[in-house]
Amino acid sequence: MLKVIQNRIEQGCKTSSYPKEPINLYHRYRGVPIVDPDCPTEIVQQCADICPQEAIDVEAKTIDIGKCTFCGHCEVDGEGKFVRFSEDFGLGAANREDLITQGNLPDLAAHAKQEFKKLFGRSLQLRQVSAAGCNSCEADTNVLNTPFFDLSRFGIDFVASPRHADGIHVTGPISLNMKQALLDTYDAVPSPKIVIASGCCSISGGPFYGSDAVVGDLNSIIPVDLYIPGCPPHPLTTLHALLKFFKEN
Amino acid sequence: MDKMLKITNGQAVPRASIPRVDFAEFSAALTEFVANDGFVVQMFAYQEAEKTLVLAVLRNTELYVISTEVRESFPSLTAKASEKFHLFEREIAEQYGVRPEGHPWLKMVRYHANATGADDVFGNDYSVDIPGNYEYFRVDGEAIHEVGVGPVHAGIIEPGHFRFQCAGEEVLHLEIQLGYQHRGVEQMLPSMPMKRMPIICEAIAGDTAIGHNLCLCQAIEALAGMQVLPGASITRCIALELERLANHIGDLGALSGDVAFNPPASYFGRIRGEFLNLLQVLCGNRFGKGLVRPGGVAHIMGQEQRQLLRDKLEEITPEIEHVCDLLFTAHTVVARFEHTGTVTKEMATDLGLVGYAGRACGLAYDARIAFPTECYQDLPANANKVTDGDVNSRAWVRREEVMHSLGLINLLLAKHEALEEEEQAVQARQVNLAADAFVVTVNEGWRGELSHAVLTDSEGKVDRYKIKDPSFHNWTGLAMSLRNQGISDFPLCNKSYNLSYCGFDL
Repeated sequence: MLKVIQNRIEQGCKTSSYPKEPINLYHRYRGVPIVDPDCPTEIVQQCADICPQEAIDVEAKTIDIGKCTFCGHCEVDGEGKFVRFSEDFGLGAANREDLITQGNLPDLAAHAKQEFKKLFGRSLQLRQVSAAGCNSCEADTNVLNTPFFDLSRFGIDFVASPRHADGIHVTGPISLNMKQALLDTYDAVPSPKIVIASGCCSISGGPFYGSDAVVGDLNSIIPVDLYIPGCPPHPLTTLHALLKFFKEN
Repeated sequence: MDKMLKITNGQAVPRASIPRVDFAEFSAALTEFVANDGFVVQMFAYQEAEKTLVLAVLRNTELYVISTEVRESFPSLTAKASEKFHLFEREIAEQYGVRPEGHPWLKMVRYHANATGADDVFGNDYSVDIPGNYEYFRVDGEAIHEVGVGPVHAGIIEPGHFRFQCAGEEVLHLEIQLGYQHRGVEQMLPSMPMKRMPIICEAIAGDTAIGHNLCLCQAIEALAGMQVLPGASITRCIALELERLANHIGDLGALSGDVAFNPPASYFGRIRGEFLNLLQVLCGNRFGKGLVRPGGVAHIMGQEQRQLLRDKLEEITPEIEHVCDLLFTAHTVVARFEHTGTVTKEMATDLGLVGYAGRACGLAYDARIAFPTECYQDLPANANKVTDGDVNSRAWVRREEVMHSLGLINLLLAKHEALEEEEQAVQARQVNLAADAFVVTVNEGWRGELSHAVLTDSEGKVDRYKIKDPSFHNWTGLAMSLRNQGISDFPLCNKSYNLSYCGFDL
């Protein structure tokens, strides 16, 4: 008992004051890419050539952050002339096309489905389904339940049964072997229900795009309401997206 | 052993130098090898000039390779020699449609069609959902009941199916059916441009991003004759140890949560995040994705990063010691950990368990010591004191490895500080690989022995890419841990192994 108290005192309170106070991540973290639209085409081409995810559209000078794994090679190789990563973790979006961007992501709170805020703004229960996720997305979603993030203080919880859930939070590129289990879980959630695609795998196949063993795009089998990019999304990216989408007007 | 070629971890050899013997000799050589403290690192099939070949990489204190040609079937080594071959043979049957005759439990591994178009060994039609044409193992009897769990589990966790045959609370048999995570990684890799390969390997198992990617990068470096500067090598080792620390600490917390002792679960949950944040300090990603690239690292560790690492370790090392003390001296915890999920040393040897699962049973093998890569040959080894094969031992091994890894990182930071040469960041680029070559890389990931094997063709393209995660060996260990255990001990046993679903499913 004494040890419990000693440790409790040593640990103190570690819960983050986000979102009341802003929070800065270490500067090597990448986040929202900001594109210079005046960048010469040959530099954009050079960045596109090195991009492992084929996320850069040379003509439109955009980056698809639904494909991007945020490896940052384009920033280094193009010496920041085409793209700079802004360290802003607010990457969530309500529409797939918004993820093809020059860095000016629309305000998520305004673009979210407003009826969801009324229904789920005070209490949101999610069922997580990993459909061939590599365990980075899963691990950094789990982290939201640790004392630093303490997700349940916002009335948001991950629950054990789809019957208890208001929606599903999907990670992974959806292997063919998980497709049916995913659809069954979706069907088991009572309507109206939310679908969240978390991580570039569930949005575009991520590192596994082109594999014939995966579906690669969650939205092609069930309609997605909220996209959370990243490989994996930083826990703050997920927290930011959930708070903006469901709670902020 | 005289039939086999001795090879070195991470050094390419000409494909033609791999000994090819007839199957009887192959079988005799492997049988003798595994009976004398030998273990299987890799055993896989591949095609060459319309022939199907099987290649085995074996280890005792050295690494060896040997191969043979097979046709539609071959006499099973599992039946004749050792359980060490059981999953490798099933995998060969699934991937290449070659039947190991007499295999005692020939069932599918990941549930996908084979690469050769041969008749399916399991009689499956893959448009039907997993498990297809397979009846799970069943115990019959009036007092017997069956519990099925998954593939979707009750937490935030990867999918897999567990089927328990129970008499009351007691588990008679646990069958673990994986394959739900199969993404076709091995099939994809040979056709991929080099810039995609590290990204894919970092996602083989996201909690082992550094480990798996290190195996890939070392293989490419061996095949392309690239040198890694000492500074980059040190950074790689630090990253691998941070990955180990984050996962071990997280698991100790989860083990505590599974026996309903909440304080360490909360503290370790948060402390685990500190290690992920240190990986983010190194490379901008909490799992170390984007750090290791062929030829070195993509982000140089400078004075600022070194200092941040040093300060954080100094701050949290005493906290870790105190929380460990809290966890391991709570008698309610000890009572639940001890004598739960025991695997004997004999069984662990038969199955070829690796990593902490093996070390907790007294198999001391640690690839960092046996086949050191990067700068591990200059670093001290760890020894485990508690080796009873139960949950308690697996937890203790983690605790000891946490303290050992903290020490290693401090040593590595000092080494890095003393370096004088300038480092150069590298990025994934197309490089030419040696033609008709073969390389095996082995690293001690946090779960245990990771191994990648690459064969190139006459043009220097990747012909066959083979991956083995330690979970491939250890899932059977978990199934054995559950024999005659209460079913309510499953979460605890499971977490004490914490195996990878996607690392297994590929």
